Formats: sequence, C-alpha cells, structure tokens
Amino acid sequence: MSARPFGNRATRGAQWREPRPPADPFLLTLTAFFVTGGAVLLGAWSSDFIRASLKAGGDYLPWMAWLLYGWIAIAIVPAAQAFRAYRGGRRRAEALRQGDIAAARIAASESRGAAWTSIAVAFFLFILLGLGIFLFTNDRAVGRTFFSWPIMRDTFGLILRAFGLNVTIFCVTEIFVLVWGLVVALARLAPGRAGGALRMLAIAYTDIFRGLPSIITLYLIGFGLPLTGLPIFAAIPTPWLAILALTLTYGAYVTEVYRAGIESVHDSQIAAARSLGLTHLQTMRYVVVPQALRRIGPPLLNDFIGLQKDTALVNVIGAIDAFNQAKIIASNHFNLSAVTTVGLLFVLILIPQTRFVDWWIARDARERRAGRA
Amino acid sequence: MALIEIDHLVKRFGTHTVLQGLDLNVTEHEVVCLIGSSGCGKSTLLRCINGLEDIQGGEVRLHGDRVSGPGVDLNALRRDVGIVFQSFNLFPHMNVLQNIMLAPRKVLGLTRPEAEERAFLLLRRIGLESKAHDYPDRLSGGQQQRVAIIRALAMDPLVLLLDEVTSALDPELVSEVLAMIRELAEEGMTMILATHEMGFAREVAHKVCFLHEGKVHEEGPPERIFSAPERERTRIFLKRIIDAGRL
Repeated sequence: MSARPFGNRATRGAQWREPRPPADPFLLTLTAFFVTGGAVLLGAWSSDFIRASLKAGGDYLPWMAWLLYGWIAIAIVPAAQAFRAYRGGRRRAEALRQGDIAAARIAASESRGAAWTSIAVAFFLFILLGLGIFLFTNDRAVGRTFFSWPIMRDTFGLILRAFGLNVTIFCVTEIFVLVWGLVVALARLAPGRAGGALRMLAIAYTDIFRGLPSIITLYLIGFGLPLTGLPIFAAIPTPWLAILALTLTYGAYVTEVYRAGIESVHDSQIAAARSLGLTHLQTMRYVVVPQALRRIGPPLLNDFIGLQKDTALVNVIGAIDAFNQAKIIASNHFNLSAVTTVGLLFVLILIPQTRFVDWWIARDARERRAGRA
Repeated sequence: MALIEIDHLVKRFGTHTVLQGLDLNVTEHEVVCLIGSSGCGKSTLLRCINGLEDIQGGEVRLHGDRVSGPGVDLNALRRDVGIVFQSFNLFPHMNVLQNIMLAPRKVLGLTRPEAEERAFLLLRRIGLESKAHDYPDRLSGGQQQRVAIIRALAMDPLVLLLDEVTSALDPELVSEVLAMIRELAEEGMTMILATHEMGFAREVAHKVCFLHEGKVHEEGPPERIFSAPERERTRIFLKRIIDAGRL
C-alpha cells in the first residue's frame, strides 16, 4: 500500500479540532492593577513635588491643590478597567466550571481587552507625570527656561511675523519643487539613445542633491552665489537664495517621488497611447502623468513636511526666520521660551496637513476597493 | 498590390527568437486570422506591425512604404494602423468620451466639437452613447472592449489589428464583441486578428494563418485549413482544439 502523504485523516490535526479552554487572563489583570497603582502613587508623589516647588518659588495658591491632585482622578479610568478585567476572569472561571467553553472564551477576551486598556491609560498617565516632573525639577529650571509664559506671550507677535517668512519660503519652494521635480523626472525617463545625456544629467543631479545635507546646500548657494561677483547673483535677496537652495534639495527628492509614480503606471497604458499615434511627450502629458499624480500625493506631502521643517535652517545664511528671531530673543532674555513657540507653530501647521494626507490615503484605498484609480 | 507586406520578419527577445523570417501579405478589405498555440508569436506579430516592438530583421510595408526599422515615422504609421488589446487598456482616468476623443484631437488635430461628433457617431453605432460620460470601471468587460475598438476606429485606420480581444471576457460577453467585429468585416474593414475563437475565425476570416516556430506554417481559406489541413503540425493543433471542444 502506498504511503499516505497527509497522514491519517481521522487523527490529522485533531489537536486543533478539540475545543480548547481560553487562556487565563490572570497575569495580565494583575499587571493592570500594578501599573494603575503605580500611576496613582507616582501621581501623588509628583503632585507633592510640584507643590513644594511652587511653594519654594512663592507661586503657590490654595486653589492649585484642585489642579494638582485632581488630575490623579484620571486614574479612575485604568482602575475601572482593571476591575472589569478581574470580573471577566471570574466569569471565565465560572463558565469553565459549567463546561461552557464559548462563554468562557467571550469572558476571557473581554477581560484581556479591559486589562490592555487599563495598562495603556496608566502608561499615558506615567508620561504626563514624567513631563510634569521634567518641567518642575531642579527648581523649575526646564519650565522657566522653555515655558516662561510672560516671555512667550510678549514675543509671540515677533515670532509669528518672522514665521511668515518660513511660510513664504516653503510655499514658494513647494511650487518650484512641483514643477522642477516633474521636469527632472521626465528627463530621467527620456526615451531612446537621444535621451541618454538627459538621463545622465538627471541621475547626477538627484544623486548629488539627495546626498548633500540641506544645510550644506544652503551654505553653497547662500554664500557661494554672492561670491561669484556677478551682479545678478549678488543682487539676489537672502530669502530667495534660501528658496533656491531648498528647491535644489527637495527637487531631488520629489523627482524620485514623481518617477516612482510614473513607473507605477502599467506599460499597457503606454502601449495603448502610443498605438493611437500619440508621441512620447503626449503620452506622458495626457495618459501617464495624470494617473501618476493620483498616486504620489501622500509621499509628496511627506517630503513637503520635511521641507517645511528645514526652513528653520535658513538662519545659517542670515535670513530672519522664526527660529533666528527666537535665537535673538533668547540671547536678549537669557531664556529659550521663544524657541518653544517656534516649535509649537511648526507642529500646529503640520497637523492639518497630516490629517489631509490620511484622508487622501483613505480615499485612495476606497477608490481602489471600488475598482477605480 | 497588398496593403500590408511582411517580408522575412525576425523578432528576438534576448536570445529567444519568437519570429524567424515570417512572411505574410494582407490585401485591402481582407480579414486574416492568426491561429496557433500560446506563445507562437501571434501577439508579437501584431505588435511588430504596429511598431510597438522593434524588430531584428526583415521589413514591414504599408502601401509599399517601409514602416519598420530606423528612421520611420512611427507616429504616422500608427495613425493608419489601429490595435486593440486583450486587456482593453482604456485610460482609467478619462471617461468614455475622453478616451475616444484624445487621439483624434491631439494627433489628427480635430477640434473638440468635431471629435465629439465623431465619437458620438461611433458610440451610437454600438449603442453606448448613454455611457459617454461614464468612467471605464463602470462598464462591463464587453462594453469596455467595444469602446476600445471604437477608440481605435475614431482614428479612421486603414487596418485594424485585434489581439485576442475576447480572451479576457466572460463567456456571455464574448458574443457582443464578436458581433461587432463581424459587422466591421462586412463593411470591408481590413483586419488581422489573433484569436482562439476557431468557430469565429472559420466564419469571418478570408484567410487563416497557422503560426508555428516563428513562421506562417500553413495558410489558406478557412474551409480548407479547418477541414483539410495539408501539414502535420496544423492537423495536430486542430485536433487538440477539437478535443477540447473549441471547434
């Protein structure tokens, strides 16, 4: 008789068919209680610590106690979840005693879910407490240096006006980069032997400017161009030199984004367009690039966010952007709170954009599921 | 004089020779069906005629003009030779009307109203004018393929190449596409079809060419090729088709 390659059908995989009781969530529940307890204890301790620090500085007012100890109330959430996890464990044990494996599985799963929620919220509390201690430790050194409210308030107008330069630089650069990146990408994909030189040029450009740190490109353009002594270059204002340097750097990244998008359009689309008599450039213009553009949105915005942050580097060539303004304020007040303002502004301007990218990706995925795109 | 003359065409992909000295003549208003097992070079031959593949030897002539090899205006050739693909290849970001109008406007230089008039004339013929503003993904495979055919016809080509145009379709959608091709044949459209639909080839073709080992192994009128093939390989191929219940 020939061997049975898959074994005996009656016993094969029997261990998987046997209904198995769910694992005991006891350890996880215990961990949830521990972490919650730790968060409460650490919360009480750090509130004492902050109160002492405020008292020593003479800034303590009685109503602050509500704020200081009230926030430990957040710990109610992990505590309640830990208790739910415990009850779920009990129900699991009860169901098992009655031989109801399905009910036991549901109870155990609820118990594990509650325990994980508890642990996650408790960790969030730990992070908040750590942040509080970080700000108030060493006689509030960090808090005073980076979060001095009066300085932040008084210099906000100056910073905001200087931030306008950052916004101008990245908006103009983004427009240039969109055009320049597409031009280089098309050169990179120029067909035939005639396109060889163009392709080489495009490759050399992307290799060099993706490799060069943007701060070095800023130096080369910002200090190099005026040094040529040619009147046209010498007359370029500093912000425009910054725009030029950032366009060169980010144009190299965006070229690759465009290229990936263009190459993701299937060859059969190009064959169809060419077979209708469209030239290479017409095929790119009407068939390939429009399809590529729909796919490159998210990676493109990713590069733009990098570009926006890099506008903080233009201070090295002497442009008075928000970061440079903040440094000036810092040396006048011996305090870095204005730098924090700049950081917050950069984060604030980022948030709507990332939400936009998320929305874009979700829409893309929806359309792909619907068979479009 | 034949409309299309193919002399000793050689096509290699790397070291793999697909066509080795293939000869074929197609006269005006003739419908030629290419048959043969998969990978025998039917599709490659069509792509070579349209200049979508560069060739390694021989030549293709259209109206006596050489249209293969270096220095040929491929864009001009493709204006006269339309091709329809197995996978439709409609442009997914354009609606049906835009798909049809793109080439007439950009290549032939028609104005928008002219191109639109031509597109609607063709759409009406296939009964799809109500779909003019739909995107291709809203159409069935059969509808997409018929739109792809009139997209090629909108360029008013001398020859239409059809590359297994029903192979990607659900069986119940095949007939609507075949009916359209039959109609074109009756109107005198010159066509070269690569096909696996033997029954259809038998009915519509003026000439059937059996491709084998990179050459036209046997050619002749369909009645003779299908009922009394002269050569051994053709007989074997047709026997397999009959055994599979496809003829």
